[in-house]
Amino acid sequence: MATPVIQTDKLTKRFGDFVATNEITFDVQPGEIFGFLGANGAGKTTAMRMLCGLSIPSAGQARVAGFDVYKQTEQIKRNIGYMSQKFSLYEDLTVLENINFFGGIYGLSNADIKTKSEALIGRLGLQGEAKKLVGSLPLGWKQKLSFSVGILHQPKIVFLDEPTGGVDPVTRRQFWNLIYEAAHEGITIFVTTHYMDEAEYCNRISIMVDGKIQALDTPQALKQKFNAASMDDVFYQLARGAKRSE
Amino acid sequence: MRTLRFLLQKEFKQIFRNRSILVMIVVMPVVQLILLPLAANYEVKNINLCVVDRDHSSTSQKLVGKIASSGYFKLTGNRATFKEAFPLMETDEADLILEIPAGFERNLVREDEQKIFVAVNAINGTKANLGGAYLASIIRDYNHDFRVQWIQPSAFNQNPVIDVSSSNWFNPLLNYRMFMVPGILAILVTMIGGFLSALNIVKEKEIGTIEQINVTPLRKHHFILGKLIPFWVLGNVVFTIGLVVSWIFYGIVPVGNLAVLYVFVGVYLLAVLGFGLLVSTFCDTQQQAMFIMYFFMMIFILMGGLFTSIDSMPGWAQMISRFNPVSYLITVMRMVVLKGSDLHDVRMHLGMVALFAVVLNGWAVLNYKKTS
Amino acid sequence: MKQFLTFVRKEFAHVLRDQKTLLILFGMPIVQILIFGFALTNEVKNSKMLIVDNAHDRASQQLIAKVEASRYFEIEQSVMSPLQMEAAFREGKIKVALVIPDNFNGDLLHLNEANVQIIADASDPNTATSLINYATSIVQDYQTGLNRNLTVPFRIIPETRMIYNPQLKGVYNYVPGVMALVLMLVCVMMTAVSIVREKETGTMEILLVSPFKPIFVILAKAVPYLILSLINVVTILLLSVYVLDLPVAGSLLLLFAESTLFIITSLALGIFISIKTSSQQVAMLISLMGMLLPTMLFSGFMFPIENMPLPLQMISNIVPAKWYYIIVKAVMIKGLGFNAIWKETLILAGMTAVLFIVSLRTFKIRLA
Repeated sequence: MATPVIQTDKLTKRFGDFVATNEITFDVQPGEIFGFLGANGAGKTTAMRMLCGLSIPSAGQARVAGFDVYKQTEQIKRNIGYMSQKFSLYEDLTVLENINFFGGIYGLSNADIKTKSEALIGRLGLQGEAKKLVGSLPLGWKQKLSFSVGILHQPKIVFLDEPTGGVDPVTRRQFWNLIYEAAHEGITIFVTTHYMDEAEYCNRISIMVDGKIQALDTPQALKQKFNAASMDDVFYQLARGAKRSE
Repeated sequence: MRTLRFLLQKEFKQIFRNRSILVMIVVMPVVQLILLPLAANYEVKNINLCVVDRDHSSTSQKLVGKIASSGYFKLTGNRATFKEAFPLMETDEADLILEIPAGFERNLVREDEQKIFVAVNAINGTKANLGGAYLASIIRDYNHDFRVQWIQPSAFNQNPVIDVSSSNWFNPLLNYRMFMVPGILAILVTMIGGFLSALNIVKEKEIGTIEQINVTPLRKHHFILGKLIPFWVLGNVVFTIGLVVSWIFYGIVPVGNLAVLYVFVGVYLLAVLGFGLLVSTFCDTQQQAMFIMYFFMMIFILMGGLFTSIDSMPGWAQMISRFNPVSYLITVMRMVVLKGSDLHDVRMHLGMVALFAVVLNGWAVLNYKKTS
Repeated sequence: MKQFLTFVRKEFAHVLRDQKTLLILFGMPIVQILIFGFALTNEVKNSKMLIVDNAHDRASQQLIAKVEASRYFEIEQSVMSPLQMEAAFREGKIKVALVIPDNFNGDLLHLNEANVQIIADASDPNTATSLINYATSIVQDYQTGLNRNLTVPFRIIPETRMIYNPQLKGVYNYVPGVMALVLMLVCVMMTAVSIVREKETGTMEILLVSPFKPIFVILAKAVPYLILSLINVVTILLLSVYVLDLPVAGSLLLLFAESTLFIITSLALGIFISIKTSSQQVAMLISLMGMLLPTMLFSGFMFPIENMPLPLQMISNIVPAKWYYIIVKAVMIKGLGFNAIWKETLILAGMTAVLFIVSLRTFKIRLA
């Protein structure tokens, strides 16, 4: 087995007395689609922010793409992509301008940016919209664009925080196709979601309850273990006992 | 360097796409520079004067005539007694009441001395001070004329007389606008630079794009520079527009070298933008940033010597104003525009402002956290 | 009524939660009063004066001693050529210069006439006028001293009394102005922005579909700011009485009643803006540029309105703060009663009524 791209050991984040993430330990293998599930307030986003180098852990260890989350956050940032819950491309820039900007920030060469943006626009079928302001696109397109921009620099891992919130089932399916393509190219996918059908698309999933990881396995194995017909049931059995929720 | 280019491209595109900001940058300084000096006129003229002449002699009437024709005063009433005149002061219809007592002419000639009474509405200190001073000097002049008229000059010249000749340098006509316009331009440049830079980063925080920037390997100082440079350019544009407007509307052409002005404003803008960025690193919402900026701007402007002189402030306040970047710009603007001061003359000011620029921007970079 | 109170309680929670803003809301009047009360002064003092004594004789020494004795000037003595003097002016080292010619004493004794020159930096015209005036009167004092044994004939002696503000303190002018400014800021800007924020975030929709009358939703938002503003009035008055020694000459009750009226006018204005705009930034810009600046300019506390060109004087009439400023000055400093300010009160009340009616109309149209 290759060295894991994400390794955590008792990773913990406290805000005052509140333990948002409590000693979580897991590995993610290269090329894997790793589903990171949990009820609202379970601590998913906090954990993800620590792994992206946006938040310094309170205790425990973690390495992302081989770099330490305490000291090497800048190296981590070179090797990851990130797409947050809040849509975060610039709405007052056009599609092309956004691609150019983020490509430039990651230090891609001009020629590289040009070929990549052409490929990206072709893949998403945005030829007619390339010069339109991102703010004027429908949400589903924005999400797909946001994901594509997030992996423009071919990161080792891409973190997706509830990427398909609020979009229709067809768009969600298209979005997952993009994810599969990326995984096929060797990019590790780390994704949080509330849709249990999406959880089934993952290679492995972990389920967080009250800041702790309560279950971690393939969807198949989890269903067997909890004797459940669907992931919905698995999730329900675990999350029912949660003390904190919104 | 290359990353910086991408950042700048993005910022400029966003600025030019935002109509309301562009309007603010171009229209606001023009309108304000035209309007404000018209309104912000401290020149004390048209002081409302009410006369209580109880003498009704030719001497008293001539005195009143001389005051009325001086151009500083507007006669708003004649009343028979002070008691009748006072309500005019209560309603602000009279700023000054001049009371000439009965027997004024007779006593002046017979007893060589006569008092007259002046009551000043002193709620507005400046007006009271200057109004009183103008009136006193007119009375002094009249007194002199009166003497010359009644005595042979030779006899009068027995006493030593010191003749005082005064001159007003740099602004011989005492044009108040020459004083206000450079100051107001300084304020405009400060406001535009300060508010725009403070709101900008906070806006990215509010809409969440900063999160996306923070997961990129972008260096902190690149990011700050990317924010700084566009607004620095805009600040210079506003400044240039302001100079043109003050030339067209008020005929004010800097006596000193334009290059000195631009060098100083260039460094100054760095300081102000740095302050704006610093404020933005402390705030989460645009509303907060706006209020905090407003709070500091108010202190800076009030204590910057725009309306009242810094020399006259108490020691502790003068100490505070040393840490007020706005006061340096207002002073230097007036020095260069009106007095023609050169780079050597303003070296102290330049040094201080450069120091602010370094400290404020350094602080902003340190305080801008990519991680929490 | 109970529902209304529930809404008011919610609004209070919003206001009290944002502590940075709250701090500024209460800190602002305090800092402003302190700056205006202690730091800013219209008096001209400690101005740097250069004395060029070309005479160095008995008379010039006496004159210099006399200038030194006044507190208006900080004196520096040096012999300079006009060119050097100009350089000193340019560098801002001196504000005024007094040049005593050589043979000053001799001229005075033998020719009975001597000439001194006073030069002021008129880039600040009012200060220059004051400085020349101070210096001239010191020289004249000196001259009168020389002539003490002789009586000058036909002297007219003006006796000046400063009414309302015998010490010429700036606060008399500023305190009423600061009250107008702070109330305007809190009421107009805060109300407008907080209502528009609910529009932006969409919570307004939820409130509007509740069985509660929409206009009460808006009024409930205004209540916390009314109370905050009254607290600010109390703070300002306490500071001015106990820290600045500026007592309230007239009726305190009247002053509070008039302040409440002005606060309501400002709240009405804030509500009006919020109904007309849809984004926080626009609301902020309108309140900042459209309200605060005119308040500073046209209320008459910084700049005399009668000096302005006629069109601007007309504009000043629609600025509520102008009328409030007149009222506060009359009640607080001149100690006048209601019969002196009924006209201004009526104007403010009229403005409030018009703003409310227009807001209500627009609001209903929006809902329909």
